[in-house]
Amino acid sequence: MGFARFWWDFLIGDTPELFVAALTVIGVIAILSEAAGANVAAIIALPLLVVASLGISLYRAQGVSRKQ
Amino acid sequence: MLIATSVSSGVVVLVGAVFLTCCVEMVEALTIVFAVGHTRGWRSAFEGVAAALFVLAALVGAFGPALVSIPLNILRLVVGGVLLIFGMQWLRKAILRSSGLKSMHDEDAIYEAKVAELRASGQSQGRDRIAFVMAFKGVFLEGLEVVVAVLTLGTSAHRLGLAASVAGVAIVVVAVTGAVVAKQLSRVPENAMKMSVGILLITYGTFWTGEGLRVRWPGGDTMLLGLIGIYAVVSWLGVSLLRRTQARASRVAA
Repeated sequence: MGFARFWWDFLIGDTPELFVAALTVIGVIAILSEAAGANVAAIIALPLLVVASLGISLYRAQGVSRKQ
Repeated sequence: MLIATSVSSGVVVLVGAVFLTCCVEMVEALTIVFAVGHTRGWRSAFEGVAAALFVLAALVGAFGPALVSIPLNILRLVVGGVLLIFGMQWLRKAILRSSGLKSMHDEDAIYEAKVAELRASGQSQGRDRIAFVMAFKGVFLEGLEVVVAVLTLGTSAHRLGLAASVAGVAIVVVAVTGAVVAKQLSRVPENAMKMSVGILLITYGTFWTGEGLRVRWPGGDTMLLGLIGIYAVVSWLGVSLLRRTQARASRVAA
């Protein structure tokens, strides 16, 4: 039980959007890497999607902070 | 020459990521151990620390060899995904703290809160069960994150021995420094360290997620340095942007 809680806090915690974002990033890059000749697109998209995910999460945190 | 450069950059990034992650987690564990030791006595605190370190070492011994037997592409994809999440969480928190949107992690305040909590629970006779459990939990839970970092970073880079050694050195460095500076752990630039760890974990997360999905990075391991640069610039921009919007919001409120 404690071990499961550790993993829940570790991966999801108070930022479920980052968990969903990581799964989305993996899904998109998996599709791109399967497509022939999309290696360059995957190289560009991977860090770009990570930055976008972080930006969305920071924007959400800023909104929560303003409400408080 | 190119191979030597790429190998050394991979090793340097691995050593840096493991060392900084361990230092940050151990500073947090040490704060709890100091609070327990100063308030309830050192014997039970040290017993709790020893028991936690034993269990953590057993976990590395049990899961380390098992992880090595997993196919590298699957291992790197899973590890990359975990490091992406973990790295984004750390970097997000560090950016929010640097920009003033979240209060800084204050080891002094945490120490005082733990001391108050421990004083409120009565003294026990003989072995102090509360002190033992508090020290065990503090070291075990913070140490579990170190174990995850060492196992994931070490096995994916095929350098588990190096990662474990670096973690050992980091634990000794923090313990010795902690003993020398007593409980003045608040002087450790924790947020700057967390920001660096976040950048390194996201870098590895991006790199190994790509490798796990058969993305061919230009320059191989050397790409790690490029990713560090990208995420460092993004973090700096994030902090600047949030600080500016915070200042504007304060002016409007005034």
